[in-house]
Parts: sequence; structure tokens; C-alpha cells
Amino acid sequence: MMQITNALDPVEALKSALPAMVQDVKLFRDETTIVVAPEDIETVARYMRDTPGLLYNYLSDISAVDYYPDYNRPGRFGVCYHLYSMIYNRRIRLKVFLQEDDPKLSTLTVLWPAANWLEREIYDLMGIVFEGHPNMRRIMMPKDWNGHPLRRDYPLGYETVMFSFNFDQINKHKPYAKE
Amino acid sequence: MAITNYASQNAGALAQESTWEGSVEELRGLVSERALTGETMLLNLGPHHPSTHGVLRLLLELDGEEIVTCLPDIGYLHTGIEKTIEAKTYEKGVTCTDRMDYLSPMSNNMVFCLAIEKMGELDVPERAQIIRVIGLELTRINSHLVWLGTHAMDLGAMSVFLYCMREREMILEMFEMLSGQRMMTSYIRPGGVWRDITPDFLPALEQFINLFPSRLDDYESLLTDNPLWRDRTEGIGVVEPEDALALGLSGPSLRGSGVNWDIRKAMPYSGYETYDFNVPIGLHGDVYDRFYIRILEMRESLKILRQAMARLTPTGEFRSNNRKFAPPPRAELGRSMEAVIHHFKLWTEGFPLPDEEVYVAIESPRGEIGCYLHGTGGNKPRRVHFKTPSFMHISALGSMSEGYMIADLVGIVGSIDIVLGDSDR
Repeated sequence: MMQITNALDPVEALKSALPAMVQDVKLFRDETTIVVAPEDIETVARYMRDTPGLLYNYLSDISAVDYYPDYNRPGRFGVCYHLYSMIYNRRIRLKVFLQEDDPKLSTLTVLWPAANWLEREIYDLMGIVFEGHPNMRRIMMPKDWNGHPLRRDYPLGYETVMFSFNFDQINKHKPYAKE
Repeated sequence: MAITNYASQNAGALAQESTWEGSVEELRGLVSERALTGETMLLNLGPHHPSTHGVLRLLLELDGEEIVTCLPDIGYLHTGIEKTIEAKTYEKGVTCTDRMDYLSPMSNNMVFCLAIEKMGELDVPERAQIIRVIGLELTRINSHLVWLGTHAMDLGAMSVFLYCMREREMILEMFEMLSGQRMMTSYIRPGGVWRDITPDFLPALEQFINLFPSRLDDYESLLTDNPLWRDRTEGIGVVEPEDALALGLSGPSLRGSGVNWDIRKAMPYSGYETYDFNVPIGLHGDVYDRFYIRILEMRESLKILRQAMARLTPTGEFRSNNRKFAPPPRAELGRSMEAVIHHFKLWTEGFPLPDEEVYVAIESPRGEIGCYLHGTGGNKPRRVHFKTPSFMHISALGSMSEGYMIADLVGIVGSIDIVLGDSDR
């Protein structure tokens, strides 16, 4: 039988246990966001899940956001982990910022099998690679699809207008009919 | 600039996926070694198969009739709804959410509107909240009826389907009275609902509430104690509570395993804390428990509907008075310049929301549907992500069905109540 202790404040608990890993804390509309470094996400998530008084034992959602072309952030991509504690009935968001080139992150499938498809979805649509994932393949798009459609610089279906100054550049990638 | 970025990201993706060949080699690591030698059989179930409830493809590794591995494959119904919403104003985005889980449109509207309302700090009048609860519970019954009909039909009980569709028709007609649409209602809008209930709605609702309990008894007399039904469902697809939590199940599929978590009770929204209803919990975590929980849930929904109907006053505000978010009443347009301006601004430009993020989740008929909304400070969202119960349930299907017979798989797929539009989006 699990010992049920009083609820701890997640931010204070994390700051005292792993002070180097808390980069930033935000509060917006009563939702707490803890920003951590990409390499620390597994440690922090494990701490959140297993510490008595926190027990964020349910992974609600993983979603990714692309901040392109806004460069006033710590990174181009944000990955948000929404954890829920069944016992204390509260939610928390862990957030990771990733750089534009080669966005990589360690997988959380070792903590929650539920992360498996959520991470595949992000890889497919946002192009963020989760290292150590057992099956890092596309899930929504066909396997031979080019690019990652939920990125903000992905064309929205229509073609870019060709002018004389960018004719060659666009012509190179234009999908002409093949023989 | 955009073009070069796009090209470089293509190169990476192509290099990664060039290992995909049309052979069994690509399944190494996903299926057992016996499949690679041909000792066990690989079989495709779907994507066009009536028992997969849509375009779900299951790649099965079979040892005789026993399932060794089950690999679900989705994406056949991916329509890029999240990307589409990014290009629309918030009010227009509501119509896209209907098309995700087409059996419970109001739940999808609701979670998107709640996210917008939370971000914009928008209050919803009480009458609108009551109408929303009525719509949500009708949606729950509607969705459970389709689930019950198809689930029973998958396991060989054909007549239940026809009875369920008969009652569902009554609900669809009520949706038409509310919103003018039978399925894609878009009735719940930021700040309230689209319009007030029509005069013929309440009599129709009352008739339905009085009729439906006896109809539920009819379904139960066909299934609940039917020895054939019990043989096909009891002890099949058992999920332990710890596994159910780790796999991310929610809603009736999670409660079937004995975990008491209903967002209507845990984190009430739209005034659910003021209604008196019970949350049925299963004991064994098998297909039968998940079936019976949904039957009981329909009875609880009727209880909520009765209470909500009693609370509904003849008139009242059905939409927020905050003109920056919700349009003014039609009658005001003829006499108020202010109203015309607000109307024009809302239908052309929309309303702005801050460059921040929120996550809201509600209890849809299938489970926890969550909406992650990130604004830009402008009139369109930067990112909308829906955590949908069907997506999580299909991802759990593999580990739920291992070791069972292929005929049981049909029951297991039915018991987790999936809608492929919901999972693929």
C-alpha cells in the first residue's frame, strides 16, 4: 500500500531537490509551467512521478509548438509535457525549448508507455527526434512524405509566387510532373 | 528563406526513412523473430474492415488463432485539422473541431471554447452553461448509442444496432432543433452557445427523457444477461489499473479497470459540480465491464439532463455580454452603431488572445479530450493540439490484445470505443 503524504508544492520541491534543473517557472491562468533543459527532462519527469507528495502519475499529453519566426525565445521549438496527479488532482506542465537545427530530446517511453505514440506524432508533424524511442517512425503522414507539416514554415498548400529574383530557387523545388 | 528551410528539413527526413522497404525486414524489432522466419503468420486487418470502426489498420502476428503481436496503424483519416485551425480565427476554428470526433461534436466544441475562454478570461452566463450541459450529455448518449450498436453488431447481435440508431435519430433531431445541423453542430461558441434553444426543443427533450429508460432496458434485456454476450466479453481484454494509467487510457475504458477518475467530478467545468450524478466504476477491467459502465453512464446522463431541464428558466442570456469576444444580438444591429462595429470587427478580424499557453481537458464520451492552445497575441492561434482519447486508446490496443484470440480482438477494439476521425485529426 502506497503511503499517502500531504501534497507538496511542485516548484518548491523540485527547486530544493534538483536546483540546477529548474530553468524558469511561469504561472499563467493558474497553470504552472516549469522550464527544464532538454537533457534533464527524463530526470525531472521521473522525480515528478515518483516523489511522495507530488505523484504526477498520469501523462495527459505531450504537445510541441513551433515559435518560428519569433526568435525571442530560448529556442525555436517548445515541447510541453502535461502531467496529472490522480491523487492530488492537479496538473503541471513541464516545458523544454529546443534549438532550430537538429532538435533532439530523450524519450519518456521508459516512464509512461503512453508517451510512445504522442512522441511519434510530434516527430512526424514537427520533426523533433526522441532519442531512445522504440519505434521512431511517421504515424499520421505516409512514410515517404517530405517535411514536417506542423512547422510554421511549412507551405500551407499553395505555391510560393515566383518572381525574377527567386525564380531559380523556387524552380529547383517545384514539383513538376515526371515522365 | 522559408524555401531553403523546407528543403533542408526534407533532406533529413528522407535520409532517415530510406531504410523503409516493402519487406518484412522493416518490422524487425516490432514483431517476434518467429514472424521473420515465417513460423507465425502476419495478417492485415483493415483498413477497410467493418469491425475496425473506420479506417484503422491492424497488423497482426498470429500463432494459429492467437495474437502474438498487434501493431495498430493509423493516419488514413489525417486531415491536418490542427494545421487548419492555425490559419483561422478562433471563432472559425470551432467548426474544424466538429470534424475530429464526428460522433461527439459538442465535446470537441466545448474543450476548444473552454481553452479560449480560459485564455481570454471570458465569463459564460449560467443559462449558457446549462444549455451546454444539456448538449454535452445528449452528445454522450448519442455517442454511446453508436458505440453500443456497432460493438454489439461486431460480436453478432445485429438487432441492437437498429434499435440504437432509432433512438439516436431522436437525438440528432434535437441537435437540428438546437443548431440547424444534425452532426456537425458547432453549437458551442466562445462565450456561450450560438443561439438560444428553440421552442420545440424542450418538449422533444422531455419526450426523449421519458422514453429512453425503457429503451435502455430493452438493450439490456438483449445483452446484459445474455449468456452468449457474456461468453464473448467476460475475461477478455483485461487491463490492470496500473497498466491502464501507464497506457494513458481515460474515460469509461479507464474506469472499467477500477480507476475512479471522471473529469466532470475531479475538475468540474460548466457547473458539473452542482449536478447530482454517480460515476460507475468497473471491477475486472474486461470488455464486459467497459460495456456495462457505458450503459450505466447513459442512465446517469439522463439524471443530469433531468436536473438541467428543471433549472432552465424560460428566458435568459445564452451568450456572454463581452462584446470583444461574443457577437451582439441580431436585434441590436438595427439600432446601435456600437453593435454594428463589434459585429463587423468580430466577423472580419476576430478577437486577439495573448501569446501564452493553456491546457484544458474535459470528459468526452470516450475519455479525456484535452486542448493545448498557444496564442500569438493576434487573432489566430500559434498552435492548437488536441489530446484525443481515441489516439491514446488505439496506442494501447497492442498490449491489450496480446495473447487473445483474433475473434476477441474485435470485441476489444469495440470496447475501447474509438473514432478514427478523433485519433487521426
